[in-house]
Amino acid sequence: MTVAIEQSVKPAVDNRARRELIASVLQSYGAAVALVVLLVVGAFSFPTFLTFSNLSNILTQSSFPLIVAVGMTFVILTGGIDLSVGSMFALGGVLAAYGSSWGIVGAVVLPLVVCGMIGLFQGLLVAYGKMAPFIVTLAGLLAVRGLVLAVTNGGSTTPLIKNPAFTAVGQDGIFGIHWTVIVALVGVILGTLALSRTRAGQSIFAVGGSESASIFMGLPVARVKLSVYIVSGLCAGVAGALNAGYSSSGVPIVGVGLELSAISAVVIGGTLLVGGRGSLVGTLAGVLLLSVIQNMINQVGSLNSSVQAVVSGVFLAIVVVIQTVLSRSQRL
Amino acid sequence: MTIEPPTTAPLPGSVEAPVLEARGVTKRFAGVTALRSVDFAVRPGESLALMGENGAGKSTLIKVLTGVYQPDEGELLLGGSIAKFARPLDAQRAGISTIYQEVNLIPLMSVAQNIFLGREPRNRFGLIDFTKMVADARGLLDVYGIDVDVRKPLRSLALGVQQMVALARSVSINARIVIMDEPTSSLEAREVETLFSVVSLLREQGIAIVYVSHRMDEIYRVAERIVILRDGAVVRVGQLSDIPRVELVSLMLGRSVEKVRRSGSTAFSATNASTAPPVLVAEDLSRRHQIDGVDMQIRPGEVVGLGGLLGSGRSETLKAIAGVMQLDRGRVTVDGKPVRSGSVPAAIRAGIVMLPEDRKAEGIVPNLSVRDNIVLAALPRLSHAGFSSRRNQDAVVEVFMKRLHIKASSPDQIVSELSGGNQQKVMIARWLAMRPKVLLLDEPTRGIDVGAKAEVQALIDELAREGLAIVLVSSEVEEVVEGSGRVIVLRDGSIETELQGADVDEEHLLAALAGVNE
Repeated sequence: MTVAIEQSVKPAVDNRARRELIASVLQSYGAAVALVVLLVVGAFSFPTFLTFSNLSNILTQSSFPLIVAVGMTFVILTGGIDLSVGSMFALGGVLAAYGSSWGIVGAVVLPLVVCGMIGLFQGLLVAYGKMAPFIVTLAGLLAVRGLVLAVTNGGSTTPLIKNPAFTAVGQDGIFGIHWTVIVALVGVILGTLALSRTRAGQSIFAVGGSESASIFMGLPVARVKLSVYIVSGLCAGVAGALNAGYSSSGVPIVGVGLELSAISAVVIGGTLLVGGRGSLVGTLAGVLLLSVIQNMINQVGSLNSSVQAVVSGVFLAIVVVIQTVLSRSQRL
Repeated sequence: MTIEPPTTAPLPGSVEAPVLEARGVTKRFAGVTALRSVDFAVRPGESLALMGENGAGKSTLIKVLTGVYQPDEGELLLGGSIAKFARPLDAQRAGISTIYQEVNLIPLMSVAQNIFLGREPRNRFGLIDFTKMVADARGLLDVYGIDVDVRKPLRSLALGVQQMVALARSVSINARIVIMDEPTSSLEAREVETLFSVVSLLREQGIAIVYVSHRMDEIYRVAERIVILRDGAVVRVGQLSDIPRVELVSLMLGRSVEKVRRSGSTAFSATNASTAPPVLVAEDLSRRHQIDGVDMQIRPGEVVGLGGLLGSGRSETLKAIAGVMQLDRGRVTVDGKPVRSGSVPAAIRAGIVMLPEDRKAEGIVPNLSVRDNIVLAALPRLSHAGFSSRRNQDAVVEVFMKRLHIKASSPDQIVSELSGGNQQKVMIARWLAMRPKVLLLDEPTRGIDVGAKAEVQALIDELAREGLAIVLVSSEVEEVVEGSGRVIVLRDGSIETELQGADVDEEHLLAALAGVNE
């Protein structure tokens, strides 16, 4: 006869639950807390920091990477990655400039359609071709950048925006806030709603949380994966188009390395790189955090942009270390 | 998709048309016949056990029933009409749910989210209605007497409760047949009881249960009929009450009843402790919250059982000795020489090797061949200047494959294709190739079938007779008692008592585990 001698010991469970709760809160809102701390430090350190024009400027500068990072958050939540967004950003800008000859509709529709299609293609390879997202979108990064150069004579042409209404979208605003900021924030709000209150959103978390379990539960795993790459492509395209409006032209060489800062912002914002957990509000805080660091370094004046890269890099490393520690204490 | 209350069917046991039937199902893999014209049927409200040794075709049959594989010949009938499942989702939609020993849910999401994933209740704006979802989830779990906060993430719950959630989910969808594949292998005793009561609830609702387990006690408690498989074919179908245990074992093994009786299902013999000086001495092993002041001395040729409930520190003690776990205090010596604590390489150099509890996660490299798995740890010893000669490897591999009776088509066979028992033997071979002095075994026979279990136990016995010092951890009282010459009993991280000689029996061990001492 077999007697299973298994019985649990219960002490210290409450303690652990509390520790896990703290870790989980820190992971979700850590970026926001750090942002507030930095804002306070900035306000006391630099007289020009806490002015409306400076803060508005930070928001405008953040709006383009924020839109890209929103799309990236969707992808990372499923456990994937999209390295092509920097190139798509440039493509979106160039296409918006070309498309503006057909008016504002052309400037918006052309980049959306093309970037959406490229996202779709990448998504098909990842979701149905079962290829590694890293490789597929790395190929996308190279190929799309090549495409951008091809349509601009090797990058020597910088097509100008020919539609004043579209330039206005990029450069004007309301109450001193740029439209681009409004677009980005609307993206965050709609995205948050989609993630937390729709079936599709729940499926995204499920696929990232455990792909095999999602398959067992009969969730449309492939369709979910496909859709996040389309969303990411669209977001990168929109951000690129708005950036073209902002700078009145589609510059072929913008967005180099943008994929990496977008990924950094998403991770700093508390989204797990393995997927299954994270939020767009966290991503918002992550993007703003990186922008504020950049702004503060600019305020010092004597430091150049290389220092900013070093600081951002060190900061990211610290965040990743903290996240790992927090994840371990939650036994993720 | 709505959640309908399960339809009530006539009382269990009544003769009724089968809800699921397999007719002449045959499945071949690359020339190997895994299932040979299998017939079986399960009726609504019935609990049917499916038993067989590893490699008998149980898993293949389950995979055919759940749409993972398609049969090469034969057909499945669902409620009397032919059903073809091209993928698992088809089987699920047809009402066949499977509960695996690993819970197939999303650990980071809440209980309620997990129950309703893909069919969340929505309000009139098409957005998820969380209030309703939480209330519905609570209502569902209440039926099974499971009282948890459904808003908590799934991973914060005990494994048994997680399994109940999986069960509640599948039943709330539309399950008419629930296949349970080794559902209790990671449950605590208390949780097993809950599972059984849920099983009878399901049966009252007319849901058919197909129950797969190696644990015979459970089979006799839960099931009324049994299908026994051997070598891919059905060898017996019948009422469990007509089949005594010994006959069941003999049918699975294909050996005569007399032989089984003689050898028993577990085949350790009590080993004689030699009078030689102890090879392993552990003193005052301590780590906060886990173990506190554990001492032990093991002589060559001795098998010492380490008894204790889950959480008593038995696995932790092994891990401390093997250098897997850092220690706050304490030291380990082998042949009088101290071993640096917290270092696996140091422990291995000293001659201490450990067979981990979870062989899938911590031991086997599933995609490597039998040869590579065996020589993996011994590579440094088999190499010269960083190069390892294939001839040396082959010699070692051949010796151990023969000695441990590892059943593989060749040393090049991928290890994940072997049965659980053979995988375990490959693991043991890997460590024996290191020429150890001390062998630490954590649950060496978990998840392997009766026949392989007896072989592994006989092997442990033989190794001890050859002078190896062995420490054995098992959650089966019987295995500890039969296998060990001496049993050290742990409770809450420290040594409760030590059983020796005639005291090594189930009665004394249970008393010690319970903390009842004369």
